[in-house]
Amino acid sequence: MIDTLLLWLFAGTALVAAAAMLVLRHPMRVALALAATMLALAGVYALLGVHAIAIFQVLIYVGAVMVFMVYAIMLLDVRDRSFTRRFSWLLVPGVVVAVAFLAVLAHGVWQVLPEPAASTAGARFGIQTFSLEFLNEYWLHFELVSVLLVAAVVAALAVLEVGRRDRG
Amino acid sequence: MLIGLSAAIFALGLLGVIVRRNVLVMLMCMELMLNGVNLSLVTFAQQTATAAGAVLVFLVFVVATAEIAIAIPIVLLLVKRKNVLDLDAYTDLKG
Repeated sequence: MIDTLLLWLFAGTALVAAAAMLVLRHPMRVALALAATMLALAGVYALLGVHAIAIFQVLIYVGAVMVFMVYAIMLLDVRDRSFTRRFSWLLVPGVVVAVAFLAVLAHGVWQVLPEPAASTAGARFGIQTFSLEFLNEYWLHFELVSVLLVAAVVAALAVLEVGRRDRG
Repeated sequence: MLIGLSAAIFALGLLGVIVRRNVLVMLMCMELMLNGVNLSLVTFAQQTATAAGAVLVFLVFVVATAEIAIAIPIVLLLVKRKNVLDLDAYTDLKG
């Protein structure tokens, strides 16, 4: 009972914070709304019994990605006043496209969904099951991800090097 | 219910990428789209009692981190050139 209540609470928080991202003006407030969405989603994951993903969500997304984002906003925002105009000229077509996309998605998912409602009483797998499955079945993906990370680091360094050469 | 929530979050992220002007806000809306996908993956993993969805979510985390690590330096370079975060100022980049 309390689980279902908390699930609704976290889901509602995530939805409200995600909607707030669209209407808030300042990038820092948008970043805080996104962090709130991610924390609420972490709560949903924990209630679903997938604790490993909930912990990773808080550590990686809120702890690393959002802190990086906030640093970038603090670095860049002082010189720029363009946030006073929130929306581009694509506002009306964008809303139409998003509503149509949501309708198509809802129609498509509704037909193939095995059971209509997700309950919190499903399977609970802990970090041991997750790790064993990960490193037994998906070790190739794990290695490929490390290659991707190395490529990302090299690409970031290359981008910064281009900037340094441009400056002289 | 959770699948609907994930679809709504994905659609809100898509809407944000289309309608907002600020480059950093658009990047954050892309993160929101990834979060919507993650929620659907976790829900399916929990419903089918397999770990494949959770593993995919882990891989999405890494991809999101790499995306931000490359996107932020690019935004820094763009802003260094024109001193503005508004994407409309960079229309001369096309072609």
